[in-house]
Amino acid sequence: MAYDYAKHIRPGKLPHIWCPGCGHGIAMKGMIRAIDACGLEKNNTAIVSGIGCASRLPGYMDYCTLHTAHGRAAAFATGVKMARPEMNVIVVGGDGDGTAIGGNHFIHACRRNIDMTYIILNNSIYGMTGGQFSPCTPTGAKASTTVYGNPDPTFDISKLAIGAGASFVARGTAFHAAQIDKLIAEGIKHKGLAVIEILDDCPTTYGRRNKFRSVVDMMKRLKEIAVPVAAAAKMTAEQLEGKVLTGILHQENKPEYCEQYAQVIARAKCA
Amino acid sequence: MSSPKAKIEVIERYCKGCAICAEFCPTNVLEMDAFVVKVARPEACTACMQCELRCPDFAIEVHKL
Repeated sequence: MAYDYAKHIRPGKLPHIWCPGCGHGIAMKGMIRAIDACGLEKNNTAIVSGIGCASRLPGYMDYCTLHTAHGRAAAFATGVKMARPEMNVIVVGGDGDGTAIGGNHFIHACRRNIDMTYIILNNSIYGMTGGQFSPCTPTGAKASTTVYGNPDPTFDISKLAIGAGASFVARGTAFHAAQIDKLIAEGIKHKGLAVIEILDDCPTTYGRRNKFRSVVDMMKRLKEIAVPVAAAAKMTAEQLEGKVLTGILHQENKPEYCEQYAQVIARAKCA
Repeated sequence: MSSPKAKIEVIERYCKGCAICAEFCPTNVLEMDAFVVKVARPEACTACMQCELRCPDFAIEVHKL
């Protein structure tokens, strides 16, 4: 039986605004399957986003949704979670929104290890605002603001999240669609901040400037560069050159922020 | 040729013609017809669901028979 996405989407919202071949739709489908698999209820689940192509995602979802200022999704989501700790909070954003404009909020959400799921759709570019380079644009790649090639080194979002203290970090790709829902579901079940990075494609503002002839070429690249963590353990450093690891990259149990804060409230009441 | 394992439904109003489904179908069931995908060889479908999973536009439904 075909999967019934319709019951999770606001009526009349499709077709969505994303360009032909944009991987955001694939990630959104994975997220819907994960939410369904975890049995999250619509009234008890908040999906929060900032600004950007990826941040349009909550607008399609028939859940409690919050569309906030550019880069501030993690800050608003932290507020939601602290006010209503019983809610499931999912943050969705792009690489520019999450790691540049909202980089500060992102690292501190990781540091606090607050019980949320942060899904970053990494398409290596600012798509909606006109194809400016982001911290995830590969070195040497062309963007509307780096027409002679990007001189900047690139952020590895997953390593950044692990370094900043997130207790669950996973990475998938839009090509490996069947894996996305499993990674997100694990992230939702995890107690603490779960970061799931989905490597994505932007055919319109990244692909055509960087010699990808089609969406299919971009998908083939994702297929080529992705190496599951288990397979990578048996590979040499030379073989792993230019590859990215996929799967669950990091998981640990650490004190969760809302619980820690509840203890502060309890201590203050006794004082 | 064996009987098809699934019925593939294309919602043409949602399809943006990206061709991901047609390109990565392991048994070449799908084909691009101008800017919309069409089910060219339904008898070859093995119901692997990859087209439905990878369609970014919610435009393909694979109903297993």
